[in-house]
Amino acid sequence: MLAKLMRLSSVQRVVSILAIVGIYVILANTLFPEGSFFHVSSYSVNLLGKYLCYALLALALDLVWGYCGILSLGHGAFFALGGYAMGMYLMRQIGDRGVYGNPELPDFMVFLNWDSLPWFWQGSDSFVWMIAMVVLAPGLLAYVFGAMAFRSRVSGVYLSIMTQAMTYALMLAFFRNEMGFGGNNGMTDFKDILGFSLQSDTTRLVLFGLTVVILAAAYYLCDRIVTCKAGKIITAIRDSESRVRFVGYNSASYKVFLFTFSAVLAGIAGALYVPQVGIINPGEFSPINSIEIVIWVAIGGRGTLYGAIIGAVVVSFAKTRLTGIMPEAWLFALGGLFVLVTLLLPKGLVGLFDKRFPAKKNTTAQENAA
Amino acid sequence: MVKPFLALFFVLSFLGMAFNVGAEEQSFEELVAELPDTNFKTLPALLDKFAEQDDPRTAILLTNLLGGDVYYHPRSQQVITMTKVQGERQFIDVLTSEVIAEPSGVRLRKVRVNNSVRSHIRQLQAQQNISDSNPDVRLKAVKNLLSDVDQISPQLLANRLQKEQDSDIHALLSAIAALHELDSGDESKQLDAINTLRGNLQPDVRIALMQLQQRDALPETVRDALNSTLAGIETQRKWYGWAENIFFGVSMGSVLLLAAIGLAITFGVMGVINMAHGEMIMLGAYTTYVIQQAFPGLIEYSLLMAVPAAFLVSGFVGIVIERSVIQFLKGRPLETLLATFGISLILQQLVRTVFSPLNRQVAAPEWMSGSLQINPVFSVTYNRLYIILFSLTVFFALMIFLKKSSLGLHVRAVAQNRDMARALSVKSNWVDAATFGLGSGIAGVAGVVLSQLTNVGPNLGQSYIIDSFLVVVFGGVASLWGTLVSAMTLGIVNKFLEPVTGPVLATIIVLVGLVFFIQKRPMGLFPQKGRAE
Repeated sequence: MLAKLMRLSSVQRVVSILAIVGIYVILANTLFPEGSFFHVSSYSVNLLGKYLCYALLALALDLVWGYCGILSLGHGAFFALGGYAMGMYLMRQIGDRGVYGNPELPDFMVFLNWDSLPWFWQGSDSFVWMIAMVVLAPGLLAYVFGAMAFRSRVSGVYLSIMTQAMTYALMLAFFRNEMGFGGNNGMTDFKDILGFSLQSDTTRLVLFGLTVVILAAAYYLCDRIVTCKAGKIITAIRDSESRVRFVGYNSASYKVFLFTFSAVLAGIAGALYVPQVGIINPGEFSPINSIEIVIWVAIGGRGTLYGAIIGAVVVSFAKTRLTGIMPEAWLFALGGLFVLVTLLLPKGLVGLFDKRFPAKKNTTAQENAA
Repeated sequence: MVKPFLALFFVLSFLGMAFNVGAEEQSFEELVAELPDTNFKTLPALLDKFAEQDDPRTAILLTNLLGGDVYYHPRSQQVITMTKVQGERQFIDVLTSEVIAEPSGVRLRKVRVNNSVRSHIRQLQAQQNISDSNPDVRLKAVKNLLSDVDQISPQLLANRLQKEQDSDIHALLSAIAALHELDSGDESKQLDAINTLRGNLQPDVRIALMQLQQRDALPETVRDALNSTLAGIETQRKWYGWAENIFFGVSMGSVLLLAAIGLAITFGVMGVINMAHGEMIMLGAYTTYVIQQAFPGLIEYSLLMAVPAAFLVSGFVGIVIERSVIQFLKGRPLETLLATFGISLILQQLVRTVFSPLNRQVAAPEWMSGSLQINPVFSVTYNRLYIILFSLTVFFALMIFLKKSSLGLHVRAVAQNRDMARALSVKSNWVDAATFGLGSGIAGVAGVVLSQLTNVGPNLGQSYIIDSFLVVVFGGVASLWGTLVSAMTLGIVNKFLEPVTGPVLATIIVLVGLVFFIQKRPMGLFPQKGRAE
């Protein structure tokens, strides 16, 4: 089976691995009894679901950074926006089961003495509307931001700092109570989604399964994008933007498209993340979170889509472990990883692996990236 | 025969005068002797007599009475104050002002005061203080009077007005006199009073005038004068409010300038984005803390010591970072950004582990505290004033260093054209290390300044790094003047937005505004001259 796996293309490989992992985890959680060697606890399912959301987020960043040279230090903002869209919907689902028992208003609004929903909360109790917002809110922000930045040819470090400033500004804004998103505390205490309790194991399994499916689908889409003709141009923009422009392509519109698509993916990741962890707060906007996404991709290996997924899962797993054992050491480790990876492993873990098993040539000219 | 009579008459009248004086003004000793026999009703009258005297002991007696510390011996009628000095009871004879032993065998009786007596004493104190020989005491007393002008009688006030030499106090006294006149009801007096108060910025004067404005029965002329005077005061207040905002803005700008200027150098010369720059600032602040801990007796000089120390510490760490990491990432700005970010995380955690995650207290020396009162509505605090002066000094010193010294020449040469400079035998590696050390060192100095303004904690640097970047980007990379202008602009804009929108929204507005600005002028306010890339 392994040999068969090796012969598949990278999409098929990743999708089948995801399918195997997903099906195995779901079966192991339901079929095997607790205490059995094969049993996967609900806690682990939840944790894995979280990692896969991170993987989707890393995938989104890798798409713009690894393939187009846009180092976004603000992807956490899109993730958080998607999360907030989902959080608003979940908040409305609580209904009169909140502390104040107000059927219409979420608790924090009652607490602030608001008597009606602000305009941007209209429609938030509809599932379809929520799905639309998960896509539209980050997408629109990315489109506007990208259109402004790329058309005036802001690139490189300037762009990175601007994205960081963007997420920083959003963080400050969401910390304000007057914004109407729960301020400092954000939103939490969710009860159910589409009528299914978020606390039940079945709902969690379904959410996990959904995450796996969406990740696989996103991987497929991303792979299609980077391998199609437009993808070649995108890679060319990364390697030499002015040359692409001189040849006659409008590089800005490619970048805007890619940036927006990536932001939507990040938003979807956020929306999947929130019901699984049960909270969303302005901390998700903090620049350090966005930087962490960058380190996932850098460690996994940018410019390879599966590298991003590996990086996200491995680093997040290490973080869970390390913060459990030695909370102090995590920042040392993270900082050290940054330095070591940039100095010694410019291609990430995947680079190590590829050197040993040189398989396919679909990653070109990474040396010139950045 | 007339002469002897005249002589006798003179003698008699002199005697009579002397006698008269004795009857009206009893001596301090006699008054004190009456103290034990007073009650709440008679005490104020007796105290008035004290006040008419010019005895220096009166002030002490009044203070002690106010504190309820005056007692008398039930048998000898000796009046004694009993105060606690460092937990020990201390007995002082009021007449001799000397410390005496605790009277044994008897319980001392208290000279009792109630609230109305206390307020009477305060009035007397106020009157006493305004004729004190020390002008500072007088000024303070007069300022107190301003908030409650009824504490002083018009006669006493007129007396003081004649005697007062100090022009500031004289002006305040005439303002009080004018406030008295405001209530007189006499139209011409009121008009005079209002004209006297024209342009007076004391908040109490403004309140009194506004109260007068509320009244219905006012002659037209008075009302007109009142309205114009109040309008004038309001305009002045507005102008000084602006001046204060500008001052705060400039002081914030000078902090930004200090924080960003090191970044402008490293970014400009080496093209290196140093995300650990904020941590260099933090190291500088912690250096100040360590120095204060090491020399607890020298708090007054601690900042003077901290400036060179912080420069060396941060500069050294900067050089180490440059040699160990950054030099290997030449020409890869994004990787440099990531690596320096990693370094910043490590430094933060290091400080957290070594010092603790909690904020550390950095003391402010005496000469940094207090403020310079320019007028009642506008004062500048010394610490901000010194910070502005200091950051401008650093700025110009750096300017001169880059323009005049040979290292400065090399630094500028490398900034303009690295290859050409190398071809002319400038050791660009060495220049890079020195530049990075210099930029980091200045960040350390900024940390010393920040330790006087904000909490010193592991996150100190993070909160300034984005602002610093914005300053550099706004001003134009590698342009020191640009950095100066943009730091001041950002500081002032921020301070003017803050009262309108609140601090958080102000920050957001500035950020968004900058994003738009970069769209229009990607190279900043003062782009480096040269061929477009």
